[in-house]
Amino acid sequence: MRATFPHMGNLHISLKAMLQHLGVEVVTPPSCSKKTLNLGVKYGPEFACLPMKLNLGNFLEAYEMGADTVIMAGGCGPCRFGYYAQIEHAILKDIGCNMELIVLEPPSRYIFELTGKIKQITGNKPLWQVIQAICYGYQKARALDEVEIAAFKSRPREMAAGLTDAACRKALKLIDRAISWREIVEARKIAGKTMAGIPVDKDRAVLKVGIVGEIYTLLEPFTNLNLETRLGYLGVEVDRSIYLSEWVNDHLFMGLIKGLRSRKEASIAAHPYLRHFVGGHGQETIGNAINYARAGYDGIIQVFPFTCMPEIVAETILPVVSADFGIPVMTLIVDEHTGEAGVMTRLEAFVDLLARKKEMKEAL
Amino acid sequence: MPLKIGIPRALLYYYYYPMWKVYFRELGAEVVLSSFSTKGLLDKGLKCAVDEVCLPVKIAYGHVLDLLDKVDMIFMPRLVSVEKHEYICPKFLGFPDMVRCLDKLPPLIDVNINLYRKKWDAHNAVTKVGRLISGNYINIYTAYLRARKIQKIYFRLLHLGLTPDDALAILEDRVKKRPAQEAKEFTVALIGHPYNIYDRHISMNMIGRLSRMGAAVVTAERLPEKTVRSYAARLPKKLFWTLGQRMIGAAFHYLERPDICGIVHVAAFGCGPDSMTGELIERYARAAGMPFLNLTLDEHTGEAGIMTRLEAFLDMVRWRNMAAVGM
Repeated sequence: MRATFPHMGNLHISLKAMLQHLGVEVVTPPSCSKKTLNLGVKYGPEFACLPMKLNLGNFLEAYEMGADTVIMAGGCGPCRFGYYAQIEHAILKDIGCNMELIVLEPPSRYIFELTGKIKQITGNKPLWQVIQAICYGYQKARALDEVEIAAFKSRPREMAAGLTDAACRKALKLIDRAISWREIVEARKIAGKTMAGIPVDKDRAVLKVGIVGEIYTLLEPFTNLNLETRLGYLGVEVDRSIYLSEWVNDHLFMGLIKGLRSRKEASIAAHPYLRHFVGGHGQETIGNAINYARAGYDGIIQVFPFTCMPEIVAETILPVVSADFGIPVMTLIVDEHTGEAGVMTRLEAFVDLLARKKEMKEAL
Repeated sequence: MPLKIGIPRALLYYYYYPMWKVYFRELGAEVVLSSFSTKGLLDKGLKCAVDEVCLPVKIAYGHVLDLLDKVDMIFMPRLVSVEKHEYICPKFLGFPDMVRCLDKLPPLIDVNINLYRKKWDAHNAVTKVGRLISGNYINIYTAYLRARKIQKIYFRLLHLGLTPDDALAILEDRVKKRPAQEAKEFTVALIGHPYNIYDRHISMNMIGRLSRMGAAVVTAERLPEKTVRSYAARLPKKLFWTLGQRMIGAAFHYLERPDICGIVHVAAFGCGPDSMTGELIERYARAAGMPFLNLTLDEHTGEAGIMTRLEAFLDMVRWRNMAAVGM
C-alpha cells in the first residue's frame, strides 16, 4: 500500500509521521499549486467548493507519483465535506485512476466500521503502536502550531523583512525530520528557541486582527493567498480562530487535553446571534468574532470558499456583530478565480482603515 | 381579533403548508400567506440578503419582507432535520437567525424542528408552538392530530401527480372545472428542490411550459417515500440531506423507467447539496444513456435562455424517440 492524503496546511507533516510510524509507505502529494487547482477544476464538479477541487488535484498528483490508496476523513453533514470522498472516488474512477479509498468517519451503525478501516491502514499493528502513532502525530501538530503562533507575533515586529519566514522554514524542517519521541520533544524545544531568537522591535505599535472562517481556507495558505504572511508584512499581528492541534483535541480527542481553546466557548458566545449550529464552522465563526472583539482586537477577517453554506449564514449575521461591538469585519471569499492583486488591494485598504480608526481612538 | 400568523410562501412551504395552516386554524389563529413570488418581491429580498446566498433564500427574504406589516407573528421554524440522521441544509438551520437581522420584524416563531435523534421530538416542537397561542393542551394535541391527517392527504395528492398548487386547491375546495388534458407525446422527469420547481417565478413556470410544449412532467414528489429511499440506498454512502435524497432516489427511479424520455435537473446557483447530487445524477444518467439537461438558476437567469435550452432539449428527445421507432 502506498498511501496518500489531501493537503491542509501543515497537516502533512504530522500525518506522515503518524503513518510512517505504523509502517505505511506514504506518498506526500506536492504542495498545493496552480497545477493542483487546475487539475481539480478540470475534473471536479463546477459548483463544488474549493477544498474539494484541491483535494482532487492532490490525489491526481499523488497518483502520478505512484500512490494507490487515499486516506481521507469523512463526516455526517450537513456540510458538503461529508460526501467529498465518495464523489472524488467516483471521479477518479471515471478518469481511470484506480485508487483505493479509505474514509475515516464517525460510524453510522457499528463502531467496528471505524476500527475495521483503521486496521485496513495499520495492518494488524498492536493497539499500543497505534496509540503511540497518534501521540506522535499530535505532538508534531502542537509543535507546528506553536511555530505558527510565534511567527504571527514576530512577523509584524521583525527588524528585517524575511527573518521570521526564514526561521519558520528552519523550524518546520526540524520538526518534519524528527522521528522518535525524544527527537520530537527536542525539535519542539529547538524550534521554540529559533522562533524566540528572531530579532524584533518590541515597542513597535501593531494592529491586531483575528481571522475566522472555514477551516480549510484558514489552514491552507495556498487558498487564502498567504493571508497571514501578507498581513504580517503590513504590520498586523494576526490570530487564527482554528489551529490544527486544537481542532484535533476538540473533535477527535473530545477535549481530552485541557488548556486549549474549544469550540464550546465559541458556541456559547455566538448564542445571542446564531442559536443553532449550522454545520462546518459557521457558529464558531460568529462566536470567535465576538471573542476577538471582546479581547480588544482591531478588526476581523472572515475567509471562506465560494458557496460554503455554513459560512454564508455566518456572513449574513457578521454585520450585526460588527455593528454591536464596533469592530470592522472584512469578508474574503476565495475560489479558483481569486486574483492576488485584488486581495492585496483590499487588505491594504482594510489595514489602512483599521490604523486610522485606532489613531482616532487614541487621539480622543 | 384572532392572532395573525404569517407564513412565507417559500422554502418548505411547498411540503408542509397544509399541516401548518390546519394546525394554526384549529387553535384559533388566522393564517396569512405572503403573496406569490414576483420580480418585485425578489428585488426586495435581494436588497436585504448577502450576495452569496442562493436564489430560494433570497426570495424567501422577499416573502418575509412582504409579511412585515400584515401580521402579528411570523412562523419560521428552524428546520434542522425532518428525518432521522439527516439534515435539510445549513442555510435552513441558520435562516431564522439570518432573518432576525432585518429591521422592524414582528416576533418570530422559530421553534427548532429537529428529528435528528428521534421522531418523537416533533411533538415537543408542536406543543411549544401551540402554547404560544392556546393554553389548552388537549386542544393543541387534537389540532396536531388533525394537521397530520391533512398532511397525509396532501402527500397522497402529491403522489397522484398533482402539483402543490393543485393539491392545495383540492384541499381548500376551490377546484374549477377544466377541460380534460390531452395525452402528451412523451414524459420527462423534472428533478429539483420543491421550492425551485414549484415556485412559478423561480422556475419561470417550467412545469406549465413543458406541458405546453407537449411533454408530460413527473417530479420527485410523485414517488412515495419508500420507493425514493430504496433507490437512494444504491449510493455508496447514505446522503445526509433529506431533499437531496429525494432528488437522487427519484432520479435513479426515473432512469430505470422505460416511459421516461429525459431528465431535467434544476439547481439554484451556489446550492451546496445540488453541486453534489447534481454531479451524481449526471454521472448515472450518462451511464444509463438517458438525455439529461442541467439548468442552473439565479436572479440573473434570462427567460429566453432557459426557453431555448428547454426547446432544444425536447427536440432532441423527440428525434431520439423517432429514431427509435425507425421513422
